[in-house]
Amino acid sequence: MTDHTSAYDGLLGDDSAQWAFGQDFEDPLAGVDTTLAAGVDGAALAAYCLMLGDDALVHSHRLSQWASNAPDLEEDIALANIALDLLGQARLLLARAAAADPSVVPALPAGSPVPPEDALAFFRDDADFRNVRLVEGENGDFAVTTARLLLFSTHRLALLERLRDSVDPVLAAIAAKGVKEVAYHRDHAARWCVTLARGTEESRRRMRAGLDVVWPLHHELFRTHPVEATAAEQGFGVDPAGLAADVDVLLEQVLSVGGLDRPTVPPTGPLGRGAGRDGRHTEALGRMLAEMQVVARAHPTGRW
Amino acid sequence: MSGAPQGEWPLYEVFVRGKRGLNHVHVGSLHAADDRMAVHNARDVYTRRNEGVSIWVVRADAITASSPDEKDPLFAPAGDKVYRHPTFYDIPDDVPHM
Amino acid sequence: MTTAPAQAEEASFEATLARHDRIEPRDWMPERYRATLVRQIAQHAHSEIIGMQPEGAWITRAPSLRRKAILLAKVQDEAGHGLYLYSACETLGVSRQELTEKLIEGKQKYSSIFNYPTLSYADVGTIGWLVDGAAICNQVPLCRTSYGPYGRAMIRVCKEESFHQRQGFELLATMMRGTDAQRAMVQESVDRFWWPALMMFGPPDADSSHTAQSMAWGIKRDTNDELRQKFVDMTVPQARALGVTLPDPDLVWNDEKGGHDFTQPDWAEFRDVVSGSGPCNAQRVAHRRRAHEDGAWVREAASAFARRQQQEPQQQEAVS
Repeated sequence: MTDHTSAYDGLLGDDSAQWAFGQDFEDPLAGVDTTLAAGVDGAALAAYCLMLGDDALVHSHRLSQWASNAPDLEEDIALANIALDLLGQARLLLARAAAADPSVVPALPAGSPVPPEDALAFFRDDADFRNVRLVEGENGDFAVTTARLLLFSTHRLALLERLRDSVDPVLAAIAAKGVKEVAYHRDHAARWCVTLARGTEESRRRMRAGLDVVWPLHHELFRTHPVEATAAEQGFGVDPAGLAADVDVLLEQVLSVGGLDRPTVPPTGPLGRGAGRDGRHTEALGRMLAEMQVVARAHPTGRW
Repeated sequence: MSGAPQGEWPLYEVFVRGKRGLNHVHVGSLHAADDRMAVHNARDVYTRRNEGVSIWVVRADAITASSPDEKDPLFAPAGDKVYRHPTFYDIPDDVPHM
Repeated sequence: MTTAPAQAEEASFEATLARHDRIEPRDWMPERYRATLVRQIAQHAHSEIIGMQPEGAWITRAPSLRRKAILLAKVQDEAGHGLYLYSACETLGVSRQELTEKLIEGKQKYSSIFNYPTLSYADVGTIGWLVDGAAICNQVPLCRTSYGPYGRAMIRVCKEESFHQRQGFELLATMMRGTDAQRAMVQESVDRFWWPALMMFGPPDADSSHTAQSMAWGIKRDTNDELRQKFVDMTVPQARALGVTLPDPDLVWNDEKGGHDFTQPDWAEFRDVVSGSGPCNAQRVAHRRRAHEDGAWVREAASAFARRQQQEPQQQEAVS
């Protein structure tokens, strides 16, 4: 098996080169040197990895909800592939966060075999999640999902392309692998966006409405959070404000091929003085996590 | 004429070259609205986006096929379809076990 | 009315079967052979697609990132299997849309096992171990089925199915090494799925209306009872290795027959589930119907877009 998204590879213990760090499921960073580069603050690196990891985890979760619900079998399979890619990125990023600063990992009962990346995914409350609000909303119809994937993947591709030069070798390798995946996600979303925009009257109406749903939360991706500022300063991360212009050009291209006007809906404001990166989320995240974490939390010393 | 009911995406046949030096071989079929979507879907369905493989897609109704046995005069040329019976069959309603 | 050419075609068909060679889509075949194949392949495809639901329900609750990935990949494989099988069916002149409509109108069936609910995460493991294990027993012989496209689809399906069984067994084995609560969860799940798993091979041979003809045509290669016996014999040592008890006190090795004696499942319950009164029949079909209907506007949009591209291939500007 050389499927680079096959989640079963780990069951066979085959040697496989397609994973950034092998595919040993027991420890995603097994054998990887996680020593911090000079000038990199572990706590800042961990906080930054949580942001990128939570974006991937939460968006993956939403996409996975399309399984058995997509418009056709081919699309069911495509969305699952994208969700699997993002889940893989999330796993590596959360593991990197835990290795960079073990204090971010929630405490579990003594003797719990739950690995740190799972403790981060399943035992943090919503206020500790650092994803942008864009990725956490309910799926809505296929147009909303398409619009969200377009905005998210365009941003993430621009980000990962730059992150390949991170001074943290682990982050750089995660980014290098992710670039290939996310380029595909962006292409998928852009093609559907144009198809729906130029399909039928109904699909065009829905595509516009879908863009209006997600557009107000788009801006948050480019607002520099103090953690991101530190990440850029120390050379392990990227200041997202610097991505806005490039991303905008690409989105404009897709909109124009689709004959779509740029949405004019106003941006969603912060909550108090914070937003997703500060743990200030929409109501949807709490509900999502209640479902996502229910089994894991019922068995804090369980083995899976 | 695709033989597909109205609204259904046409059927495509998918051919994949697993690695350099090999022929493209038929791996299966899928539905897509157009050629580009067919290549894209083929990558997701049949190669899981394994890089380096080459994919051909062709609409099933664009394939001209020989008849099963051209030498036998009893078999009039069966036409130009990949499948000889592009009609729809009523399936009996009583379908017990599986 | 049988004409001379028709007789020659039939003789050629029979000769191909007698050689254990494959029938291919453009070959002549008796109508009833075709109808039987359509019925069986469609049921099989529907089973894969409906089978996405009971496990898919746990993707959002998978208790570790690793399990989430494995489960999502598995449910994705099932979509792929359905797709391969619908394609095989399409070589017989039936479209996927037609088949989907028959499914959601209740005119075609799917495996009755999927009309049972999944009530705990252990069910994900049990489905992999017992249900996919039973499916493998059913399916491996089908790789040699007489109809070429079906056999080729099955080869692909069986390869992936062995991963599915393996992941199920591995999940249960891991849980059995966990807490008491997890072990109890596994046992409860096995207790619930054992009988429906035995039903997956279909009614006893004496009551099976299709077996004889299907075997003569080489569509089926083993009888229901033979496959059921094989499954039980294969499963008993696996259960021992896991440390779970199969819920049949009369399950014992019989030296004379070289296999296990075991209690038959409740065939009255099987008939009820097949005829629509299972715990989840309505829910499964409603889910499929909703997904199909919700997706209609997307499929139509893509068709409309493709037509437009064909008509105006050069045109790139806006259309509004």
